[in-house]
Amino acid sequence: MSNTVSVFSGFQLNDIWFMAEAAGRTMLISAVSIVVGTMVGIVCGWGMNAGNFIVRSTLGPVLDLFRSVPLLIQLVLFYNFFPIIGWALDPFASGIFVLSLYTAALVTQVARAGIDSVGLPMRRASRSLGMSYWQDMRYVVWPIGLRAVFPAWVGVALSVMKDSALVSVLGYVELLRASQILITRTQEPFLILAVAGAFYFALSYPLSKYSQKLEERWAS
Amino acid sequence: MDYNFHWRPVFNKLPELLSAGLTTLEVATLSMIIGIFCGLLLAIARMSDNKLIRWPATVWVELARNTPALFQLFFFGFGLGAFSIHLSPYFIVVAGLAFNNAGYLAENFRGGFQAVPDTQIRAARSLGMTSTQTYIRIVIPQVLRIVYHPMTNQMVWAVLMSSLGMMVGFRELSGETQFFASKTYRMFEYFAVAALIYYAIVKVILGGAKLASFRLFRY
Amino acid sequence: MIEIKGLHKYFGALHVLKGIDLNVEKGEVLSVIGSSGSGKSTLLYCINALEEIQKGAVIVDGVDVHAKSTDMNKLRQNLGMVFQQWNSFPHLTALENVALAPQIVKKHSKTDALAIAEKQLRHVGLGEKLNVYPSALSGGQQQRLAIARALAMEPEYMLFDEATSALDPELVGEVLETMRMLAEEGMTMICVTHEMGFARDVSDRVAYFHQGVMEEIGPPEQIFGDPKSEHTKKFLANVR
Repeated sequence: MSNTVSVFSGFQLNDIWFMAEAAGRTMLISAVSIVVGTMVGIVCGWGMNAGNFIVRSTLGPVLDLFRSVPLLIQLVLFYNFFPIIGWALDPFASGIFVLSLYTAALVTQVARAGIDSVGLPMRRASRSLGMSYWQDMRYVVWPIGLRAVFPAWVGVALSVMKDSALVSVLGYVELLRASQILITRTQEPFLILAVAGAFYFALSYPLSKYSQKLEERWAS
Repeated sequence: MDYNFHWRPVFNKLPELLSAGLTTLEVATLSMIIGIFCGLLLAIARMSDNKLIRWPATVWVELARNTPALFQLFFFGFGLGAFSIHLSPYFIVVAGLAFNNAGYLAENFRGGFQAVPDTQIRAARSLGMTSTQTYIRIVIPQVLRIVYHPMTNQMVWAVLMSSLGMMVGFRELSGETQFFASKTYRMFEYFAVAALIYYAIVKVILGGAKLASFRLFRY
Repeated sequence: MIEIKGLHKYFGALHVLKGIDLNVEKGEVLSVIGSSGSGKSTLLYCINALEEIQKGAVIVDGVDVHAKSTDMNKLRQNLGMVFQQWNSFPHLTALENVALAPQIVKKHSKTDALAIAEKQLRHVGLGEKLNVYPSALSGGQQQRLAIARALAMEPEYMLFDEATSALDPELVGEVLETMRMLAEEGMTMICVTHEMGFARDVSDRVAYFHQGVMEEIGPPEQIFGDPKSEHTKKFLANVR
């Protein structure tokens, strides 16, 4: 019971607003990064699939680097790199920049797998009907490939949403950073972490179950 | 651009950074070993008919997969503090990563068990093998092959995730880098070198796993 | 001798075997024919206790297969089984596939187990493939591997569950040839099969199953030449 009493003394109504605002910032930075990263990733995936040797041999290793270095390191590195080249980016902008690139590196693989999933025979068939390259892409590759990798894309998006917590290292007050601040003040770690965890879970769990269902339905 | 790069202080600390890299490898490996063990148990528990066994396993797996790894580390850090359990930074990282690894690996293992056809079990039993013999000699070797690639990926993830140690005061590669960098204000140089060391560790793991797979799976 | 007495088998509400009575003598080759869903494969699974039964009994050499006190693993060593899906163990070479059970079930030394395995593989004509993994074998070769694997336990009975139905047509011959060879060597065999030629030429008796009932049993000349039951006539007219 002593726990419950101290909860009410430390944790106030205002704090809930503080956390809600921070949760909003988590959603904002994730959403922007996922949208930008997905667009860049699709273009890169197409480049990895259809590009010439030079495109593929430069793009490949660069994207590989983003997948082989911890996101945390990438964030600190870029945040400290921007001032060097004279850009003044705040933590929010730096976070979006890095998260988008990171998303793009993951989406590239997904997009490439999507294009590959539309077999050559099918594409020959569409070209033999007289479709142009772009018509083939628009009416055959896109719809079929999208279906094949949509669940994988949901997985990437959700992992970026969770990884956005790392932007807190730059001082951006998203949900986990807000929780940390509140924990320091109220000394109520369990309650506050439970609220933060529940928020992530409520966002991630239904979506991942939904994409799992889609995958099962489309597989059969 | 009027910034002068100073690499020398970083190179002077290279031995410290490399040895912190070994610490990174150590916590990642340890968390993988615990994660594989717990993941196998979770996978088996999730296939159980008993609700009391299935439920806790499901909660573990879903929490590990649907919350940020940093959240999980915080939980083992200050979260347990609410119950007056205080782990050292080393154990916060190992426990947090092992919790996360186990959740992801459990799903891989479950898929692996489902991918071995029932008819394999029937064939083994028809030769007079006991169910334990069938599991050890026929099912598990095939499951290991199926999950080998996902397991390698998870090991890479464990290395990358271990950088979160920096956020809970543990001096693995990232924590150590941060420690030196903040003393000299050469953030960029230090973290660039750390990035390269991470890259090298990841490549060594992937290369080693590939070599090992040639020896392990000749079929 | 295998004795089946008043055998009933249900899958839930589904009644798949409706009172089967059947004896198979030592050295006899019995072919079981019938359309799919007639319960003939289930019969084999009940004989070596891969499926439980609900009523009746299966007795092999005086031992009640489904009695609680029976050591099933011991019993199965005496009842070799070959499946429709050949089920070779993909992570073991042909030699290891065959040697595994003699080694861990019969507790032979590794050297002895390998010697037995090599002998059986040569017997079924796979002497050239000892150290090859199943993925490099054709379906017919994998099925012969499965036969060698069962023979390595030195069983007195062999049960074949549609051993050739999953094979490409051009591979059926080599497997039937191996089965014929075993029959000629005096092996006691129960073969669930769709190969009417094999049933007619190789078996001592043929049993026709229809919807969980053994409609008719007799020598092949009688079953194929002068079937008594209307169902048998209809079935044979369709498969020919």
